[in-house]
Amino acid sequence: MNQIFHPSANVIAKASIGVLIVLVGVLSVFLYFFVRSSWMTGVNISEPQPVPFSHLHHVRQVGLDCRYCHTSVEEAASANIPPTETCMTCHSQIWTDAPMLEPVRVSWRDNVSLEWERLHDLADFVYFNHSIHVNKGIGCETCHGRVDNMALPMKVNTLQMEWCLECHRNPAKYIRPTDEVFTMGYAETVPAGHDPLVEGHELVAQYGIEVGRLDNCSICHR
Amino acid sequence: MSKTVNKSLFGITLLIFLALLTSGCDLIPGRHMRDQPKLKPLAASTLFDNRRASQIPPANTVPRGEWYEFMSDEPFYTGRQNGEFIDIIPIEVNREVLLRGQERFNIYCSPCHGLVGNGQGMVVQRGFKQPNSFHTDQVRSQPDGYFYDVMTNGFGVMYSYAARVHPEDRWAIVAYIRALQFSQNVPLDSLPTEDRQQIESLVE
Repeated sequence: MNQIFHPSANVIAKASIGVLIVLVGVLSVFLYFFVRSSWMTGVNISEPQPVPFSHLHHVRQVGLDCRYCHTSVEEAASANIPPTETCMTCHSQIWTDAPMLEPVRVSWRDNVSLEWERLHDLADFVYFNHSIHVNKGIGCETCHGRVDNMALPMKVNTLQMEWCLECHRNPAKYIRPTDEVFTMGYAETVPAGHDPLVEGHELVAQYGIEVGRLDNCSICHR
Repeated sequence: MSKTVNKSLFGITLLIFLALLTSGCDLIPGRHMRDQPKLKPLAASTLFDNRRASQIPPANTVPRGEWYEFMSDEPFYTGRQNGEFIDIIPIEVNREVLLRGQERFNIYCSPCHGLVGNGQGMVVQRGFKQPNSFHTDQVRSQPDGYFYDVMTNGFGVMYSYAARVHPEDRWAIVAYIRALQFSQNVPLDSLPTEDRQQIESLVE
């Protein structure tokens, strides 16, 4: 009986194992970077919104506090996207004929919600709560970045689990005094020669944060 | 190479591939764990005609249970008793409450009224109608309930802040407004001698 395979098939068979391993490696590396890319996470990409709302204008230039609009951030899971009434508190009187604000006026007149494009869309099996973070010294900018510099809303962190855990495993690195939570650019206000990490460990103890428990599954997944 | 080694190599490779597939669940469209059929606060929903997941309570209703509280403490919730403004702050005023009032005032009031309550806030500088300064005899002589009522129901072009500031915080703001008014209207005789002399030396 003739042999079906030429002797060189042995070499090909062995080589293909090597090729397969290399392919798996390449694929793994590709996926590692792909799931972390802006294309997947939406980091630094601004979506079209009904109104091109500028935090830079309202926070930096007008000086509004975060809580003027995000009223429930200190006491609820959701920070609150303000109702049209909040916009109209000022814009019933100023910029009343700005074409940019027409959707706001339509919403107010017809009692129809403005439908903003959600940028920070956590998976539904994650139960994030703003109030606990804000009340325990995690600043707005720690997760949301320098919102006061954003002419258009944008997300600056991936919100992936590895990113959450980075802080949940070492909160001292990120914590700040509770009266600085709404401060933008806090790091620049820390005096030179002052080690934030030392203060961080003190605050973690002071606020009763149990670091060992923060990476329990059920802290975020219920 | 023996047959068994080849087989297990093949098996391991296959497992690695399968593991890779499961790790990519996020990439697969229609990812049901991620987007579950539940509504998050303020999300859009097709359940109601107005497309709101968070519905607005019907007009002239109060949340269950709160009506009794409301009825039992009318001055606290309305700033009025028997239709008249009360001239007392119906919560204990202490340092903590004043600091809370200051914080809330700076967040919600200062954009128009200014940090000292002179009506020169940033939004006014940008064209909003200038509110009365708190430091006139006319405003100083208003009863405490009046300020609470303005925050609760709005006044002129000022919208209601009832949805943004809790009743306790509104009273804390009233207390802070009184502190602001005092700060701009302290009788010279009431100062300690040292401070009075310092001011008098400045005037001369």
